[in-house]
Amino acid sequence: MEQRPHGHKLYFAADSPVHRAPAHLKLLALLGFMLVVVATPGTAYPVFAVYAVILLGVVVVSRVPFGYLLPRMLVEIPFVVFALLLPFLATGPQTTFLGMTVSQHGLEAAGSLLIKATIGVAASLTLAATTEPHALIDGLRRLRLPYEMVQIMAFMIRYLDVVTDEMHRMRVARESRGFRATSFRQWGALARTGSALFIRSYERGERVHLAMLSRGHDPRGGRS
Amino acid sequence: MSVPVIDVRGLAYAYPDGRQVLYGVDLHIHPGERVALLGPNGAGKTTLVLHLNGILLPGAGTVEVSGMPVVKKNFPEIRRRVGIVFQDPDDQLFSATVRDDVAFGPANLGLRGDALERRVLHALDQVGMAEYADRPPHHLSFGQRRRVAVATVLAMEPQILVLDEPSSNLDPMARRELADIVRALDVTVLMVTHDLPYALELCPRAVVLSDGVVAADSDTRKLLSDEDFMRAHRLELPYGFDPRTV
Repeated sequence: MEQRPHGHKLYFAADSPVHRAPAHLKLLALLGFMLVVVATPGTAYPVFAVYAVILLGVVVVSRVPFGYLLPRMLVEIPFVVFALLLPFLATGPQTTFLGMTVSQHGLEAAGSLLIKATIGVAASLTLAATTEPHALIDGLRRLRLPYEMVQIMAFMIRYLDVVTDEMHRMRVARESRGFRATSFRQWGALARTGSALFIRSYERGERVHLAMLSRGHDPRGGRS
Repeated sequence: MSVPVIDVRGLAYAYPDGRQVLYGVDLHIHPGERVALLGPNGAGKTTLVLHLNGILLPGAGTVEVSGMPVVKKNFPEIRRRVGIVFQDPDDQLFSATVRDDVAFGPANLGLRGDALERRVLHALDQVGMAEYADRPPHHLSFGQRRRVAVATVLAMEPQILVLDEPSSNLDPMARRELADIVRALDVTVLMVTHDLPYALELCPRAVVLSDGVVAADSDTRKLLSDEDFMRAHRLELPYGFDPRTV
């Protein structure tokens, strides 16, 4: 069966000061950094350059290769699409940009959104690449996040791979019976797979819960 | 001899993460045979099976099904000819009713209307589940779900039925019923299993895969009786079971 190397898809194993720093400090640093970035006026471009240099410095120190981070930055694409639409959708004074007449506010908002989103995604990926998921969970616990929230996130990380594997096996079983997702008419089968997966995950959740109860877990906030 | 249903030559495969699982496997299965594929966990049995219908493609070597090479342009025909029943029936059953699930494969082959309905009922009949056609699969017992999973593949009228651990998690009665169903089918069978008595009962021929190569390919009874060989390949008969006296 499918076996994954230990650790998570976003984590890059290495030994660096950034890897060794306590997870809760890294989380606080990321949160603080992002608050500052978001609060900076959208047109203060030199200031953003300084932020970018700081972030690049951290990446260099962490020894995570840029070639590792860059492909993972693709998660930003929905924001990019939205940012590209803004200059055309926003109203107000018009200006010309690359020969097109676009909204001035829209253009500025798009630029600011792109810059902030890029810095945010890069910073979050750096955290994920240098901190193992269980360390992050411990960090959140040390930051006194509500017990239930931490538990939910821990379960998500624990079962993400299980559900992904399950999804993969269902896809193999589907394709083995000649299924090809080539046209929208096939969406029905995909939707049914999705709902079956949902029910199975839900039932697994119940089984996990029962197994926890049988080992003396107290559902009312007990930290057994 | 006839054209083999399955003709695997020099098959080698490594997963994208670099872990090599198969190191040159040769396997030929002729029409009408029932062959057991044995071997310890991690020997590469499932990896080999996934090559038979092109879910995985060889790193080296070739796979042919009734003379047809397993390459992308042949996938629809290959997947009709090679029916794989996976170990966990829940991976295979995802529809609201048993009927829809059994119809999924033949519908992918382009069957519609009456022809499709006949296929579905015939397949369900072969596994003794016809009366459950309109039930939701997740309300059936595990043994019934496994039988429906077999039907979802039989409905495609495959030339070879590949069963991945067919007896796992079945109670003895369900295990017996499934054996009777397999015996009654007029189809070539490749059965991947750890259940050695089951292999002896159903398959006259056994192939042992060990560390990514075929370690033995012979008469099942002879093979299971060779204690030194069995131990060397991490195979173990159930307590008190003697293949020479069955």
